[in-house]
Amino acid sequence: MSINETQDEIIEEFSMLDGDLEMTIGYLMELGEKLPELQETFRIEENIVKGCQSKVWLNASEVDNKLLFEADSNTAITKGLVSLLVRVLSDHTADEILNADLFFKDKIGMSRFIGTQRSNGFASMIKQIKNYALAYKAKAAMQ
Amino acid sequence: MTETLLDIQKIREEFPILHQEVNGNPLVYFDNAATSQKPKSVIKAINDYYTQDNANIHRGVHTLAERATNAFEATRKKAQQFLNSGEVEEIIFTKGTTESINLVASTFGRKFIKEGDEIIISTLEHHSNIVPWQLLCEEKGCTLKIIPINEAGEIIFEKYLELLNENTKLVAVNHISNSLGTINPVKEIIAKAHEIGAKVLIDGAQAAPHLPIDVQDLDADFYALSAHKVYGPTGMGLLYGKRELLEAMPPYQGGGEMIKDVHFSGTTFNDIPYKFEAGTPNIGEVIAFKAAMDFVDELGKENIIQHEQELLDYGMEQLSQIEQFKPIGTAQNKASVISFILEGIHPYDVGQLLDAKGIAVRTGHHCTQPLMDFYGIEGTIRASFSIYNTKEEIDALVDGLKSAIKLFGK
Repeated sequence: MSINETQDEIIEEFSMLDGDLEMTIGYLMELGEKLPELQETFRIEENIVKGCQSKVWLNASEVDNKLLFEADSNTAITKGLVSLLVRVLSDHTADEILNADLFFKDKIGMSRFIGTQRSNGFASMIKQIKNYALAYKAKAAMQ
Repeated sequence: MTETLLDIQKIREEFPILHQEVNGNPLVYFDNAATSQKPKSVIKAINDYYTQDNANIHRGVHTLAERATNAFEATRKKAQQFLNSGEVEEIIFTKGTTESINLVASTFGRKFIKEGDEIIISTLEHHSNIVPWQLLCEEKGCTLKIIPINEAGEIIFEKYLELLNENTKLVAVNHISNSLGTINPVKEIIAKAHEIGAKVLIDGAQAAPHLPIDVQDLDADFYALSAHKVYGPTGMGLLYGKRELLEAMPPYQGGGEMIKDVHFSGTTFNDIPYKFEAGTPNIGEVIAFKAAMDFVDELGKENIIQHEQELLDYGMEQLSQIEQFKPIGTAQNKASVISFILEGIHPYDVGQLLDAKGIAVRTGHHCTQPLMDFYGIEGTIRASFSIYNTKEEIDALVDGLKSAIKLFGK
């Protein structure tokens, strides 16, 4: 599925919550629980995305010219948010990731969680993912 | 304990901001330790200033300037009474507690603290009463000593006495802990510091709304507070300092107002308090702070204390019935703050769910990271009560926490 198709799917899912914040939190929690367990070896300082209250670990690897992301967080809501980003951006090429327009974040009624608040580092997560893509691209260009 | 004499519903009507819904639920504002809400009289004072009296102060001869200056200085006079300062000139207006502490560190600290000297603070301190001293010690080569606390979040007084020695030049401690609500024995702390010749700065940011403050009775050398914690506007606070200290301290910021004469050959400085009030201040906010202090005095601090104590007792009684509730900070002497964790759930998640229910609490380290390190936790959930909070609101908090446990609990 393309990045945009995945985003449309997410928007569809969240539209069913009708903007109810409590239900949205519950749903995010469920999504986060479905995120595969991050190996202990990846829960390292270098993989931490800086956010104020939540810790987020983000690990990047590449397989067949595509970037794979694995992530975890110590708070349930942030874990849910992270899982959305992984779902949208993982298993795509560096160019696809760098060119991605993440329109879903404004459409799922979570501007409180995904605004300029540093508390869950959502913006930092996107930045880190894009940085990985950029680094991978630069490395590939040198070879 | 007898029920408070105050009509809380009538008081709530004075606070327009409380009457709104957040995420479809009535707002329950339990983040008063972060900032208090403002009564109509304070909002009106700012509005009236800009509508009728706005002019620069201490400089003009025209009518508006006179009115603005008089109103500004009336706040200083009121603050003198509010703190029972000996002289009105000992009240310096600043941007808040943080600036007040930085002012002392930059002036008293720079002039009187030398290499090898010691400054004592406590484990409870807010970053604003840690970092200025760290910066000073880095610059001067002095040492920062930390008074330890016990599990209940109380300063261990015997350990404080052990830290005091002839090298101690300054003790800087909070009157009430913002994270835990612990009320510290500042009068005794000051007395012991004075015995060995050290000065004492009290961070009174949290005390201003909860306790009567008498700087002469405490014999404090410096006392700092912020207007916005005690029903006043943001961006404004004050520093009380004993006259002989303020006069001996060099200026903090240079500019207009703090000077007598300026020539390229040399400049002479104004007397206190103006020596420390460079530039045009936030005049409207200073004037409005008087309205906030008047509001407190009309209610009576003893009545405020009684109501807040009732809320604290009720809150602890109700919350303690929740199995996962673990209070952090259980000092014998406490202000109306309950910091806690719910075992097995991250405070951030709880805070977000409570917000979905319209309940505003603070989660995290509350700008007291060393204190959180002491407890071995990343942060707490903090509910801090004020005069306009009610038992019904505490019931809503309890229900909200039960929902959080149902949702996030394992």
